[in-house]
This record gives sequence, C-alpha cells and structure tokens, in this order.
Amino acid sequence: MAEKKTKKATAKKETKKETTAQASSFAPESKTARIGVFACHCGTNIAGSIDIEAVQNYAKTLPNVAFVDNYQYMCSTPGQKKIEDAIKEHNLTGVVVAACSPRLHEPTFRTATKEGGLNPFRFEMANIREQNSWVHMHDREGATDKAKDAVRIAVAKAALLQDLIPKKVPVEKAAMVVGAGVAGMQAALDLANAGIKTYLIEKSPTIGGRMSQLDKTFPTLDCSQCILTPKMVDVGRNPNIQLMTCAEVEQVEGYIGNFDITVRRKARGVMTPAEAEAKGIVGGGCNGCGDCEAVCPVIKPNPFEMNMKPRKAIYIYHPQVVPLIYTIDWDSCIKCGLCVTACGEKKAIDLEMQDELVKLKVGTAILATGYELFPIEKKDEWGYKKYENVVTSLEFERLICASGPTGGHLVRPSDGKTPKKVAFLLCAGSRDNTGIGKPYCSRFCCMYSIKHAHQIIEKIPGVQPYIFYMDIRSFGKMYEEFYYRIQDEGAKFIRGRVSNVLEDADTKNLYVMADDTLLDRPMKLEVDMVVLAAAVQPTGGVDTVRKMFGVSCSQDGWMLEAHPKLNPCGTTTAGVYLAGVCQGPKDIPDTVAQAEGAASAASIPIHMGEVELEPYFAQCIEEKCAGCGMCVNLCPYSALSLVEGEGGKKVMKVTEAKCKGCGTCGGFCPGGAIWMQHFATPQIVAQIDAFLTGGEE
Amino acid sequence: MAEEFQPKILGIICNWCSYAGADLAGSARTQYPPDIRIVRVMCTGRVDPLFILKAFTDGADGVLVSGCHFGDCHYLEGNYKAAKRMFILKSMIKNIGLEDKRLRMTFVSASEGAKWAKVVEDVVKTIHELGPNPITQLTK
Ligand SMILES: Cc1cc2nc3c(=O)[nH]c(=O)nc-3n(C[C@H](O)[C@H](O)[C@H](O)COP(=O)(O)OP(=O)(O)OC[C@H]3O[C@@H](n4cnc5c(N)ncnc54)[C@H](O)[C@@H]3O)c2cc1C
Ligand code: SF4
Ligand code: SF4
Repeated sequence: MAEKKTKKATAKKETKKETTAQASSFAPESKTARIGVFACHCGTNIAGSIDIEAVQNYAKTLPNVAFVDNYQYMCSTPGQKKIEDAIKEHNLTGVVVAACSPRLHEPTFRTATKEGGLNPFRFEMANIREQNSWVHMHDREGATDKAKDAVRIAVAKAALLQDLIPKKVPVEKAAMVVGAGVAGMQAALDLANAGIKTYLIEKSPTIGGRMSQLDKTFPTLDCSQCILTPKMVDVGRNPNIQLMTCAEVEQVEGYIGNFDITVRRKARGVMTPAEAEAKGIVGGGCNGCGDCEAVCPVIKPNPFEMNMKPRKAIYIYHPQVVPLIYTIDWDSCIKCGLCVTACGEKKAIDLEMQDELVKLKVGTAILATGYELFPIEKKDEWGYKKYENVVTSLEFERLICASGPTGGHLVRPSDGKTPKKVAFLLCAGSRDNTGIGKPYCSRFCCMYSIKHAHQIIEKIPGVQPYIFYMDIRSFGKMYEEFYYRIQDEGAKFIRGRVSNVLEDADTKNLYVMADDTLLDRPMKLEVDMVVLAAAVQPTGGVDTVRKMFGVSCSQDGWMLEAHPKLNPCGTTTAGVYLAGVCQGPKDIPDTVAQAEGAASAASIPIHMGEVELEPYFAQCIEEKCAGCGMCVNLCPYSALSLVEGEGGKKVMKVTEAKCKGCGTCGGFCPGGAIWMQHFATPQIVAQIDAFLTGGEE
Repeated sequence: MAEEFQPKILGIICNWCSYAGADLAGSARTQYPPDIRIVRVMCTGRVDPLFILKAFTDGADGVLVSGCHFGDCHYLEGNYKAAKRMFILKSMIKNIGLEDKRLRMTFVSASEGAKWAKVVEDVVKTIHELGPNPITQLTK
C-alpha cells in the first residue's frame, strides 16, 4: 500500500512536471517578489504631460517594489543597461518599465531583462505614452494619476509573473505567396533565389497583375510589358517556384513555421503538358497554339482589355501570358466540343475537369493581392457609364497600348475618331470625404495622368491635354522633373476639382465644369474625351483571404501592417507578411521594394530553421479539472481534448503546439482549471485588485 | 462638501484590435478623458465573467470590454464568445441591482483610434451620469 502510494506520488510528480514544464508552479509567490520599476521620460513625450518624479516616488511606496529609477529614454542602450545592472545589484525578481506601448518595446525590454539574468517573461510594461501622455496632453494631474495607477497595476502583475520558456518549433522550408502581380512575382523570385521552395498562388489564369495591363511606366517611360514579361518568364521557369494559376487559398491552419494551407485549383479545362503526361497522354497537353480558340463559337468581352476587345469561351488574356495555357470560362462555355476536336492529338482539353484541392505546408506566407479600381460610376457627376467618351485610366492604358484593342490608336469610343482635346480628371473618387468616394490619396494617379498626357502628345499631333487636379503629388525620384517636362511639352494643368461632366448629345463632346482655383473663376471646357483617374481599392473578395491568415485591415480595407513605420512588411500574425498595393496604394518602385522587404522577412524564419512561439498557451490544473469537457468545444483551434488521467478520471489535455493562447477556454472553465500562461487568473485578478482596492498614498 | 465624483473605470481589452486602436489614438494625439485603467488580454475570449463581477464588487463604477470586430478576431471567434458572455452577464448584474449600462462591450479595430477615443468618452459620460457604483455606497 505504502509502496503504491509512493509510486502514485512520483507518478503524479512526473505528470505535474510534464504539464507544468513551462510555469514553475500554478501558485506564484508574490511575497518574495522584488520588483524594479523604471519610468521613462521619452524626452518630453511622456515627461511633458506626466510628473515622472511623482510617479517614481509613488512607485517606491508600492508593495514588492525593491528599486526605482527613471531615465530619458529607457529603450536606449544606457536605459536598457540600467535594467540589467539593477537586476543584478538589487536581486530583482521582476521588472516594470513605465514607457510606451508593449506592442512597440516589450521585446526590447524583455531582452534587457534576460541580459540582466532573469527570465524574459518576468517583465511587465505600463503604457504611459500611447494610452496616457499622448491622449491627455493637457491634463497633467489626470495623466500623472493614471500613470501611478498603471504602474501599480503593472507591479501587481509583475509580482506574480513566472519563468516561461518559449516553445521552439521547426520551420517548414517552404513559403507561399498569394497574388502574382509584380509584388507577388518579385517576392516569389527573391524567396526562390534564396533557395526556398515557393508556392505562388494566383487566382487568374496568368501572372503579371495590373502591371501587365499598363502601356508605359512613369517616369522612365519604359514599356511595361517589356520590363515585366522577362520577370514573368523567370517566375514560370524558376525551379524553386511552383506556380499555381486559377488557384485560390481555401483554408489556412497552423502557425508560423507550420502553416497547413489548402488551395483550390480551379478546373481550367485544359491540361499542361505535364498534366497530360501524368494521365498517360504522351506528347500531349496545351502548347498555346490557339487552334481551339479559332473554332470556339462563343464570344465574350476580355476583362484584361477592360472589356473593349472580344475573347472566346476558351481563351488566353494576351499573347505573353505565363503559363501559356488556354483556359475555359465555364460560365460561357456551351460544351459544344469543337475545341476538343480542334486540339486533336494533343488531347489537352477536358470538358469534364473538376476542381482539385491541394494541401501545402509552408513556413511563412506573403499576401500580395493588389487592387482594383473604385467603381467610379457611383460618382454620378463624372458621367462614367453614362457618356460614351468618359473612360477610366485603366481603359485609357489599354486604348493607348500598341497591343490593345485599337492597336495603340487612341480613339473616342462613341465614333472611333481621334480626340484633339482630352481632359484628365484627377482624384476621381480619391481624397473624397463625401462618403461615396475614398478619403485617401490613391498615390499613383497624379503621375500616371501626367504620363497619359505625355503619351497623347507623343502620338497625336496637335492634341491638347488638360489635367484637372487638386494638388500634384510628384513625390518620387525623378517625378518632379517628369512633371516639369510634361508641362513643357504643353499639357495644361488646371487646379480645381471638377464638379460635373456634361455631354452634348449630338456631338458626344463633353463639357467639364470646374472652378479654376488659381484664377478664381468658374470654367466650362469642351473636350472630346474625358479620362478619370479613378480611386483604387482593395481587390474584391480579398477579405476572405485576409481573415484566413488572421490579418487585420485599415478602415479603408487595405491590409494592416504590424507597424506603419517600423514593420511595414509584417503583420500581427507571426509568419505572415504583406507586399504591394494590398497594403495601401503605391507605385511600382515602392511595390517592388516592399516585395523585396517582405521576401527577406519571410525568409528569415525559414533560414533560422526554427522559431520561438510565445509561451502564452493554456495548461490544465488537473486537480481542479472536473473533466466536464466544456472547454474542448470552445477552442477554435481544437487544441483541447479529454483524456483519461489518474484513476480513470477524465481530464482536459492541451496540445500545446495547437494552442494559440487566446484564453477563450480559460475565460470559461467553470472550475478555474485552466492556467493561461502569462495571463493567468491570479495575475489578472491582481491587476484588477491593484486598480480598485490599492492606491491610497 | 460633496467631492467631485472620480469614476473608477476598468477597461479589459484585446491585444490585437482594441489595444492597438487605443495605441493609435495615442500616436494620432487624439485627446480623451483619463478616467480609465487598462488591463490587456490577448483576446476578449479570455475575459472570465468572474473578473467583471469581482471588479464591480470591489468598487468599479464601470467596466469596458473591447475587442475586434466580428469576423476580425485574431483568434477567429473569441469576440463572439465574449459578446455572448457579456450579454448574459449584463442581465445578471441587473438582477443584483446594478445598472447594466455599467458594463459595456465594444468593438474597436486596430485602425480605429478615433473610435477608441469616442468609446472612452462615451463610457466616462455614462458612468458620470450613473454616479458611483451602489455596491461601494452600501459597504461604506
Ligand atoms: C491606370 C494606372 C496606371 C499606372 N501606371 C503606373 C506607372 O506608370 N508606373 C508605376 O510605377 N505604377 C503605375 N501604376 C500602379 C501599378 O499598377 C501598381 O503599383 C502595381 O500594379 C501594383 O502591383 P501589385 O502586385 O501590388 O498588385 P496587382 O497588380 O493588383 O496584382 C495582384 C495580383 O493578385 C491577384 N489576386 C488578387 N486576389 C487574389 C486572391 N484572393 N488569390 C489569388 N490571387 C489574387 C490578382 O489577380 C493579381 O494578379 C498604375 C496604376 C493604374 C491604375
Ligand atoms: S472546462 Fe475546465 S473543467 Fe471542463 S474539461 Fe475544460 S478544463 Fe476541465
Ligand atoms: S487558449 Fe484555450 S481556447 Fe485558446 S487556443 Fe489555447 S486551448 Fe484553445
């Protein structure tokens, strides 16, 4: 019996050791805590609105506080050194820094805490800048009181903090890029060239994105396709890039290092040579000859040409597509089978092809889903879709492009005549606070409209471009010079947002109504054609992708970076990065630069081979667990299960690698049996206690 | 002499949306009243109703729980669960004689600094209108 007991006791000890390998104990001791409090001035950012000395003196009076100091910039090297030295000199067991947001500098101070010889998780931050001095700039007393409370709350938690060991997980040596515009392509190439297997997922049948629709690019005026197609070809043949077109992400599971992603490969209806070979069709598969297209009887508008050119139900967008494989548009295909016959021995076409789900495992992912034009017909006053000779900037790009629907001859849609007077209306829907448009600047419209003016001057003798603008924003390298150059070429710039566009029903000419705000007079200008620099907005349907990857968006729907200045490529989901316009409007140089940044960021964990996960996961206090299993269904990540414990008792078990530490289970367990590391119930309760019952000086 | 009522308002907010939104209000220097103290959790799903009951019994005049918008939770659905719990909790605190307006659940995203300031302003105003937590008056 006695023997059994000891055995049981050791067994119990062992299980306990196993489950609590992280936290040293479920009952942290605050009595022996020795906390150091460091208050930061942040120059005048904090000290300007908060009496740091008062906060420091107050901190001295708090229970468990063994040492107090302050410094101009705690995040600087000398500031961090203060923490390291104080830990050693004063035998501290915990550190509180009252400074900026933990979302900014928690990692910095955790490192300092570690350098001082403590476990880095024995650090707690009191946010007295973002959530105090900066929002109560004119209430010194209120802000100082709040800072004292914040320090007291932080000290209460710090006294109960425990040593935690971050979990190390291996990182899959592969990456995913979603969206194959110039951003996604660049990111994929960089990753691939760094030796990383990269899956490039593109929903349309070809890569290239919007840039392949452009004619020339400002300010250098290189031909867009000429600089893009070589890149497209590189992407297509890079052995490290597995390109998946007509594909969309369907499900994302896992976490940094170990994302399990399900991709839906839409049935293209046409097989690549490799796919044909896999099916035993020797020498078969699509070679892009176009015999099928020639016989297809169905004619549809081509969205690549902004619907100004026809395509068949079996089609390619343009001759340079990568991969050069035909695609069937199932919505318009009548399954007549003519194409199958025309394809003949190549046997590339399969009218019964089905979607396929592919499971991929990657370590990191980059989102690069780009943009579309704001539906400018919503701004009725500009007459788009109402008057034939009002076109959007992207339609203009196709109309002026040598490979476009008119062979590069700019013509009026109404009568095919060459326009002599063309008005470019900037900020069509951008910088618009009416609630119908977009409040932000779309950033590249000024420059591309100037480019457009140049393009018509170059092509149409005697043409007169007019540019109606609010401000010209030529912010980039060589951009201002480009602006002057086009002014010299004769483009007329008129400052004043257009209020209305009207049409002469007979001639189909347009009247642009505006206020010339430089001459301070209203004006009415008759032109042959109007080009709208429509605002841009995130690609439709991209919200689903964003949410699957756990990425937030700004108020305007653009994907949200982790920090606008210090982490513009990262997101708040570890291992997920952003590139290109999906993060906010930017031109090609900025897009490419960000893509390279994102690729570099995404390659770091992969090259490290393993990453540390914050050890905020749940633990089960088996003695308290009633085995009710109610938490099991609450966990969104299926991290919990009921297992048989000692003596047949059912207890909850956490699969730590699956737990993301949200604490949903911990907020629910009726028995208080769940220990949320670093956000444990006693720690939160101590914070609440400190706020409400402590604090008398 | 009647002392001016200085409300004790506890804010329990999630790390990813509301805490980030509150930080943004700071970076944008949006001003709001200082009568709130923040406890940060990773997700509003972590908020045990007992925390809130405890806060009220210990004398909080108001409690604000704020998380991500529905569909935008960093952990998929913690905010739905929190919202459900807060809903039930509201009827509970009503039963014990507290105004349910003292408990507020809001949704502020990382990009809504201005909204955060508005929310706090509004909560502070509500609590000022309601006056001190009656439980503290009883135990005084
Ligand atoms: C009229 C006009 C003229 C311009 N002229 C210039 C210029 O002269 N110089 C310049 O520097 N910039 C110019 N720009 C800006 C330029 O177009 C952008 O900077 C650039 O195209 C951004 O590339 P991107 O890869 O971020 O986005 P995109 O080109 O939009 O690529 C995004 C890709 O992602 C794919 N995708 C979207 N959602 C999904 C999904 N859910 N799953 C899979 N794939 C998805 C899309 O199909 C697309 O292929 C111009 C823009 C316009 C509108
Ligand atoms: S809810 Fe609590 S008691 Fe029930 S199984 Fe989960 S951990 Fe155990
Ligand atoms: S904290 Fe609980 S609910 Fe959240 S992921 Fe971990 S086990 Fe699941």
